[in-house]
Formats: sequence, C-alpha cells, structure tokens
Amino acid sequence: MTRSLLSIAGLSAVSDRDRGAPILRKVALALERGEVRGLVGESGAGKSTIAKALLGILPRTVRVTGGTIRFEGRDLLTAPAAVLRQIIGSEISLIPQDPQTALNPGRRIEAQLTDGLRLRRGMSAREAHARALTLLEEVHIREPDRVLRAYPHELSGGMRQRVLIASAFALEPKLVIADEPTTALDATVQKQILRLIRGMQKAHGTGVVFVTHDLGVVAQICDSVTLLYAGQVIEEGRTADVLASPQHPYTKALIAAGPRYDRPDAGLKPVPQAVFDQLRAEIGIT
Amino acid sequence: MGRSFRAALCDPKVIFGCGFILVLIVLAIFAPWIAPQDPLEQNLMLGTLPPAGFVDAEPGYWFGTDDLGRDVLSRLIYGSRIALTVAFIAAGLAALVGTTLGLLAGWYRGWVETVITRLVDIWMAFPPVLLSTLLVAVFGSGLHSVIAAIAIIDWTRFCRVVRSETMAQASMDYVTAARTIGFSRFRILVSEILPNVAPVLVALVSLEMGIAVIVEAILSFVGLSVSSDTPTWGGMIAQGRQIIYQGWWVMVAPLVMLLLTVLAFNQLGDGLRRALDPMMRR
Amino acid sequence: MADELLTARGIDLTYGGNRLFGGPGLKVLHGVDVTIRRGETVGIVGESGSGKTTLGRALLRLVDVSAGEIRFDGQDITRARDGQMRPLRRRMQMIFQDPMASLNPRHSVRRILVEPILLHRLASNGREAEARVLKILDRFTLPRAVLDRNPHELSGGQRQRIGIARAALLEPDFVLADEIVSGLDVSTQAQVLNLLRDLSRDMGLAMAFISHDLSVIRAVCDRVYVMRLGKVVEEGRCEDVFAAPKSEFTRALLDAIPLPEIDPGWLARKSPLEEAAAAESLPP
Repeated sequence: MTRSLLSIAGLSAVSDRDRGAPILRKVALALERGEVRGLVGESGAGKSTIAKALLGILPRTVRVTGGTIRFEGRDLLTAPAAVLRQIIGSEISLIPQDPQTALNPGRRIEAQLTDGLRLRRGMSAREAHARALTLLEEVHIREPDRVLRAYPHELSGGMRQRVLIASAFALEPKLVIADEPTTALDATVQKQILRLIRGMQKAHGTGVVFVTHDLGVVAQICDSVTLLYAGQVIEEGRTADVLASPQHPYTKALIAAGPRYDRPDAGLKPVPQAVFDQLRAEIGIT
Repeated sequence: MGRSFRAALCDPKVIFGCGFILVLIVLAIFAPWIAPQDPLEQNLMLGTLPPAGFVDAEPGYWFGTDDLGRDVLSRLIYGSRIALTVAFIAAGLAALVGTTLGLLAGWYRGWVETVITRLVDIWMAFPPVLLSTLLVAVFGSGLHSVIAAIAIIDWTRFCRVVRSETMAQASMDYVTAARTIGFSRFRILVSEILPNVAPVLVALVSLEMGIAVIVEAILSFVGLSVSSDTPTWGGMIAQGRQIIYQGWWVMVAPLVMLLLTVLAFNQLGDGLRRALDPMMRR
Repeated sequence: MADELLTARGIDLTYGGNRLFGGPGLKVLHGVDVTIRRGETVGIVGESGSGKTTLGRALLRLVDVSAGEIRFDGQDITRARDGQMRPLRRRMQMIFQDPMASLNPRHSVRRILVEPILLHRLASNGREAEARVLKILDRFTLPRAVLDRNPHELSGGQRQRIGIARAALLEPDFVLADEIVSGLDVSTQAQVLNLLRDLSRDMGLAMAFISHDLSVIRAVCDRVYVMRLGKVVEEGRCEDVFAAPKSEFTRALLDAIPLPEIDPGWLARKSPLEEAAAAESLPP
C-alpha cells in the first residue's frame, strides 16, 4: 500500500491582519505519487495560501489554526526548521507564476540554475554546468550554452518559464507546486508550457499541485481537481468525473460561466446570486 | 484627500514634527512676550553664567548667559525667527521654481524639456559654496542673500524629482483616460498629475526646510548672514565655540536647538509622505 | 458607406526613430485596415506584440500614425491636433484593462464621473450631472455610497463597472474596450460582458473589443480582426472565422485554447506553426 505523497487534513488558517477572518476552512487534499491535481478557485478562494503553506512561505499575517500537512508521512507544520530546509527546495519545489520577476535580472541564467545543484547536491562548477545543459535540453531550449550565458531580459517570456521549469525539476523533487505558471503567457506559449510540464512530470514521476483559475487547463492536464470557495473545499474528484457530472451547483455554475470559442452563447452566464447564497449558508459566512 | 490628511495627523512622526515646529512658530511670533530677557542687552556683570541648576546660576537666565552677559534662552527664542523665516521662504521659493519647471519639463516634453534639463545640468555643475559666496558678495550679507542663495541653488533638486515623478504619472492610464475624455493638457497637469506628485513634493519641501535652516546656520557661523547683533543659532554657535571651556552651554544650546529643528522637519516630511502615499498603495 | 463610423486604411506606426540622425525605430503596425460600423462590435485579437493595443490607441488618436488615414464619421482625423479632437472626444470613449490604473486614486468616484459630464456640457450644473450619474449607478447595480469613496476602497468588479460608467455617461458613438476582462474571475467577467452587451444594444454603440482571448471575443463580437506582428492576418464575421479559419495563425490560436472538457489528443496536437518552431531559441 503506497503512502500518499501528500495528505492535507483539516487545514485551517486565519488572517491576523483582518481581525481573524478565516482564510482556509478545514481544507483536505490528497495527492499520490505522479499525480497532477488541479487546485481551482476564483481569486481569494485560498489556493495561493495553500500553495504557500506547502512551501512554508506563509506571510506572517496568516496564522494556521489547525490541521496537518503530511508530506511522505511527515507533518510539515510541526517539523523542525532543519528538516524543512532539507525538504523545501529539494523534495518540494515551485514553478512560479511570473517569469519576469522570478529570475534575478542581475545574474546570468547559469548562476540561477546551478545554485541549487551546487548547494544541495555538492556538485562542482563543471558538473553543475553539464547538468544545467542537460536540463535545458530537456525543456527544449535550443543552444542551451548560449542561454546559460544570457541574462533573463534577453529571453522571451516562454523561454524564461522553461528555465524556471528546468530549475524546478533540477533536484528531482517528489512534489512540484505550479502556481498559475501559464497565466502570464500567450495562449500558444501556454500550450507548449503545459505540454512540457506534463511531459516532465510523467518522465520523472513527480506529483504536481497545479494552482489555476482556468477549468480548461484543469481539463487538459490534471488527473484530479479540488475546487475551493472562500477557503473551503466545495468539490473534488477525478477531473473527468467533476467536469462531466459536477455535483455542487457552484461547480456547475462555474463551468457554465466560462466563455467558449465553440459556443457563441457561452460566457455570459454569471454565477447566480442564489448559488452564492447557498454557498455562504453552507460554509457559515454572513 | 481629506481622509488621508486625517490619517497623516495620527502618525507619531507627524505629531512630533508638526508639534515641535508649531512650538517654534509660536516662539518666533510671540518672542517679545515669551523671551525672559532682552536678547541684545549686554551686561558684563552677568557674563558667562551657567544654566539653571548649576552653581552660580542666576535666576531668570534659564540657559545661562554668554560672555557679553546676554541671555542664551532669549537669544535662542529670537533666533528661531531667523531660522523659520529662512526655512519657509527659501524652501518655498526653491520648491515653487523647481516644481513649476519640473512639471513643465515632464509633461510637455519636447524642446521645453530639453531646455530645462540642460539648464539644470549646467546649474548643478556650479559649486554651491562658490555660488552663495558670490551672491553674498554681490547683494551684501543679510537675510535676503541667504534666502536667495538657498533658493537659487536648491531649486534644481525639486526640478529633477518633480520631472521624473511627472513622467511616471504621465504614463498612468488615468492620464490617458483624461485625454480620451477631452480635458485640456493644462487641466490634466493640474488636476490629475499634480495631486499625485504632491506626496513626494511634501517630503522634499520638509527636507528642504531642514536643509535651509542648516545652511543659514553655516552662513551665520561664518558671518555671511545677518549682522552679528541679531541673534541667530549659527552665530551663537560661532561665538560659543570661542568660549567653549568657560561656557559650554553657549554653544551647546543652539546646537541642540538646530538638531531638534532639523529632526522635526525631517520627521514631518517622512511621516507626511508615508501617510499620504501608502494610503493609495494599499 | 454611411453606416461606417470609424475607418482606418493603410495604417503604419513606427515608434522611436530619430528624424535627425536617421535611426530606424520600431515598426509596430504594417498597413492595417479596419472598418467599424455603427452599432456593431468588432473584436481585435492577437497575442502580445501583435500591435492590437497600439492599434486601439491609434484609432482614438492617442498616438500619431506614421502613414495611413483614419476617418471618424466621415471626418479625416489622421493628423488632428488636440483642439480639433476635443469636440469628437465625447463621441469616442475608452474602457481600460486595469481600473486601478485608469481611475485616479486621489479623486472621489463622484469627481471621476461628474467632471466629464460638465466638461462636455451634458448637464448645466453639478446637481444635474449628479442626477445622471445616479441613474447610471442604478443601472450598473452600484450603491450610491460609492460616490464618496476613492477607487482603491472598492472591489475589482465595482471599479471595472465605474470605468465603464465613465465612458457610457458621455453617450458616445464608439467605445474602445482594451482587454477589459483579462484578469477578472470568470463570474465577474460574465457580469461585465453582459453589462457591456446590454449597454451597446441600448445605446447603439459601435465597439472595438481588444482581447487576447478568442473565447471572450466569440461571446461578444460580431466581426473579428486577427492580428499578428502588426498585421491583420484574418478578418470576417465571427461565425465564419471560428467555424472555418483561413489563416494558419488563427487555427493555431484556436487550437491553443483548452476547453473544459477532457480531450485526450489536445495536449499532443501541434499546430503547423508550432511544428515549424520545434524548439525555443535566442535571437542570433
């Protein structure tokens, strides 16, 4: 019986800045090895908060009030700092949202790619350089040696994101958090990047928590999906099931609200107020 | 706008800065009624008396006297008149000239900007000390020269900052929106851009007031300011320096006053900038 | 062509370039032709760098074009100066992508909405102007209390509606909507699109809707122009272009959109354009 890679149970958090307003309400989420789970919700639903909690970078104004985050059986919320430092960045890594700001404009690509390899794996400069070349080839970057010598501003948005993906997979992590990695990209580039992430994930057997607000993206690359509203899990399950036969009215409304290029009448049906009222009643918000 | 000012008034820095300066203003205006003694009255019998609390102190002379028997406290109080006059007028003039030119350069661009920025570059190449001594030589020593010197030298500081801030504002969408609505360029400059440049300006003006006070002190220290009879803090420091072993308080008192005043201006500027700006950023 | 409201012919636009020293500058628009008829909603779609935003600003005369002709209601406005444009400004309005950036943070909402009305004399005093404003607030389901607030005190959806209200209050003939729903939640997006559609129908507005999202374009536009690298690569009625796109680029754009239905072949399917650029590389 394989232990789940990641198991979040009863995770609750409040905002100290907002007079204790709840941000997460007993969130539960499970991820197996090699599984891609979509974490979906509108803005403010709490998906970024969960991602930050997994990476141990919650802002100081957010306080966890209960629950566990078990990564390979170990609770990240109570693990000692030394253990966390070992795990985060190495066994759990991040593909960030904005390729513009995630790379240091004053350092060459090589430096940023090899940092982790040299620090965490003790590689020499030459070994790290060779590994960085291999990584760039894996993410389909032509002329990787030129790219290694380049600065971030010389690369296109798509290329920068590929570098960041290479960086995320460099240390062979078991879990990758993808925080809306394609939101800032053009649609054609987005498709290539999604294909790349799925390919890398399958090749390395990595589990992925894919944060997004786009149900289309979820449909195409996520095996399972968790839908959040106001910090509470509304529905979750295998993507095929949730999208084909959504159980909760909010899920149904959200799917119907999105515009579609193949249907002229789609995209003009906002979520009805009644659904929001029902949600608030269920969750217990006034 | 009103709401942000109210918030500004709650900031401790603003309270301290504003409070101290208000006290100074009161002292300056009501000096003849507040000062215990005549600042100019010399009395060699009461020369170099220590401040209250020390041995040999004379009642009525709270901060002691200088070597000519003049009351230090009264001179301090009267000195605030010079300090504040210079602070407000010099900083005000520098701000007025610099801001106007900065706004024009940053908004209208083209040859206007080129001319103004060249002017600023050339102006800033002049050594300021040389310029101020030149001015004093031409116009004679006195408060008017001091004020002119500060304004003439420091307007470039305002011009540069305001120009770059104006250019940043000009690229904002609400300026574009104002253009699509059809407001005139001048109207946009005054009602869309200027209010957003104000926070930076406020901080700069407060800073400049502190600088003006110090410059005046320096100029009166070297005797280029008002006549040595009129009490100024810089002049007091110069005189006190000569008798520092016999009467340290003559130098220390104006020094502390100077320090507190500049601190007050800086804190006020800092606090105002932070209160007016992040309101919007949040 | 009496029903043609805004036309652009042969538009070239070059940024920078030094007339004195002969530097080349960057050519952002190449020979673009666009026609917008009264009452119709035209989509302008493209990826980043396609020139769609620049085209929008050129149509509104916010930037100068290097070549070509722009006509509004028959009048040639290609080289019109500010003074000439002012009376026309009321009739051509714009809604922006980021309402945080397009509403002056130091102005109250009242000021933002009332001043344009007074400028164009659509009301003779502040009270009349405010009456108009209140009516439109009701229509947009915005509470009266927003009038006293500053933009940053409101929600994103409210801000966006105020941006739209500002444009609508002047009762224009033409509105340019520049990526106005990008970055909005799906539900808010639907609300805004509905609002826009109703408004345009009631006021007989001509609209140019700039977006990178073909799905959104499909929801609101009658015709569409597809742009790539400063050129129009395809145009036509939405149902025609979406059903049978003629340009490979349009096909690539459509193919790149993931639909919320499982499609096992979607990820692996490459458009012909993608095949051509098999791997990413740096410019030489």
